[in-house]
Amino acid sequence: MSRTWLGLPRRVAEPSPLVPPRPFPEAARQALRDTQLRRNLAKATTTIRNKRAAVVAELPDWEELRVAGEQVKDRVLRHLDDYLEQLEASVTAAGGHVHWARDAAEAVDVIAGIVQGTGATEVVKVKSLATDEVGLNEGLAERGIAAWETDLAELIVQLGEDAPSHILVPAIHRNRAEIREIFLREMPDVDPGLTDSPAALAEAARRHLRRKFLSAQVAVSGANFAVAETGTLVVVESEGNGRMCLTLPRTLISLVGIEKLVPTWQDLEVFLQLLPRSSTGERMNPYTSAWTGLTPGDGPQDVHVVMLDNGRTRVLADPVGRQALRCIRCSACLNVCPVYERTGGHAYGSVYPGPIGAILTPQLVGVENAPSLPYASSPVRRVLRGVPGSHRHPGRAGPPAGEGRRREAGARGADRGVGGDAGDGVGVR
Amino acid sequence: MFAGFDAVVAPSASCVGTVRHLHRRLTGREPPPTHELSEFLVDVLGVVDVGAYFPHRVTYHPTCHSLRALHLGDRPLRLLSAVRGLELVELPAATSCCGFGGTFAVKNADTSTAMLADKVRAVLTTGAEVCTAADNSCLVHIGGALSRLRTGVRPVHLAEILASTEAAPAAALADRRAGRAADGLDDLDGNPGAPVVAR
Repeated sequence: MSRTWLGLPRRVAEPSPLVPPRPFPEAARQALRDTQLRRNLAKATTTIRNKRAAVVAELPDWEELRVAGEQVKDRVLRHLDDYLEQLEASVTAAGGHVHWARDAAEAVDVIAGIVQGTGATEVVKVKSLATDEVGLNEGLAERGIAAWETDLAELIVQLGEDAPSHILVPAIHRNRAEIREIFLREMPDVDPGLTDSPAALAEAARRHLRRKFLSAQVAVSGANFAVAETGTLVVVESEGNGRMCLTLPRTLISLVGIEKLVPTWQDLEVFLQLLPRSSTGERMNPYTSAWTGLTPGDGPQDVHVVMLDNGRTRVLADPVGRQALRCIRCSACLNVCPVYERTGGHAYGSVYPGPIGAILTPQLVGVENAPSLPYASSPVRRVLRGVPGSHRHPGRAGPPAGEGRRREAGARGADRGVGGDAGDGVGVR
Repeated sequence: MFAGFDAVVAPSASCVGTVRHLHRRLTGREPPPTHELSEFLVDVLGVVDVGAYFPHRVTYHPTCHSLRALHLGDRPLRLLSAVRGLELVELPAATSCCGFGGTFAVKNADTSTAMLADKVRAVLTTGAEVCTAADNSCLVHIGGALSRLRTGVRPVHLAEILASTEAAPAAALADRRAGRAADGLDDLDGNPGAPVVAR
């Protein structure tokens, strides 16, 4: 008779921004006690879910768009080596510099080296998961360089010495009173009579950030997309802080995962329709910035692109698991996941929370280093039907029986995927 | 396993999903046509009114496998609507998972319980005295909370309701009239509505 083991294995590596410090069930137990978190999560995920359903329903060709997105990403992954070299050539031809980082430490070294070369001691940052993934802010701080987050929610998280809990809305776990308290404590010149009205809090953040924008010599960003054909990087955002960072400082450094490529501008069109609708539930996001190398006399005159591997080629090597590299970080999967909706992002203990984190994190760091994440899923098949980059899901393709623990665990986390009936408002396959 | 049979019928969306989607991968052979009970009644037999009598206020929880593995749609609701005496009330946030999910409920018991709490809250707002579903596993999970909270709401499988008649009422309710502990209140470690587990 076979025996079923109901425990969870323990990780072997040291915790990092990607490697969870403790098992999911343990972290979840703590998160579930946070009544503010529970209320905020239920409200925010429901709101975004409904907004998304409404704007997705407007498009008669949504399904075709999703399939197109999947196919573009698959093409990129099949010929990644070619596209990466093409991007390097086109960025270089446009006056930019391309660097390659195998892992987090190399990425931090390269970026710190560029900043030190400018003589600057501070940088302004555009919200970027890739920089969180490599622990850039901490790495720069160790070298005497201050990194200022300029996205409002990221600023709240940074000033609160906290970690993001949602890919799109990183401070979802905070309430207004807490934000006011953080601002009063951490902003040097803030009005001591600051109230917790959203307008007052936004104004305080605006004044605080404006000084940083006007003084910073260096900006660090990620990128939502990198167009191989032209060497263009694209950042999609809502607040306009990104636009400030991407245009005001003299030096611009962008850390980009190697899977962020799209071959051409025509391919980009697909994703600029998919991403805002899936992410914020908007037809179009307020700010889409695109830059190609440098433009003499206009904007940054010293432009660097750092291409990051950090486990992605390991994911690519797995014929089933590589589908996770289609992800465009829209965070729709978080908003439909019943597990995320209760625990929030901190319980996942990694930069990538929710269903995508449950399948991507173990692949990036090795399942042995995030062993409880693939189980952070009730098999409700609700998530990935609504997700642009993942038309089918590793769990559906499934590992043939008996093919190794790592693969199996990866697919197990995915199994919650693919679901979503019309009643969920997460799209229809 | 099903060699020699023309079809398989099961009162469990989860079990049917397993046979339908995994049988070939596990055994290399196609299973016979496999039907969940409401599919069998509505699609194969063409019956909606099965002649049942169940004079109770009932809410229906569409389980994850009913919804997303089998796409049962409104078949169970059509069957329930045709039951004489039955008052069907809509369950709020019905498509949310109850938190069972097989070993998920054991490996992630706290998160599972948080999901269950939301499901039970929804069931209670309906004022129903019976919560029904097409999966006994989910009903065991939901029923565990319903009995421990002394809600007075009982889990009853769809098949039991459809089999209930005036002459032979559903077993769980007949038990109550006979004074037996069908609601599990006298047996806190037991699971009301639990299926008999084959050993």
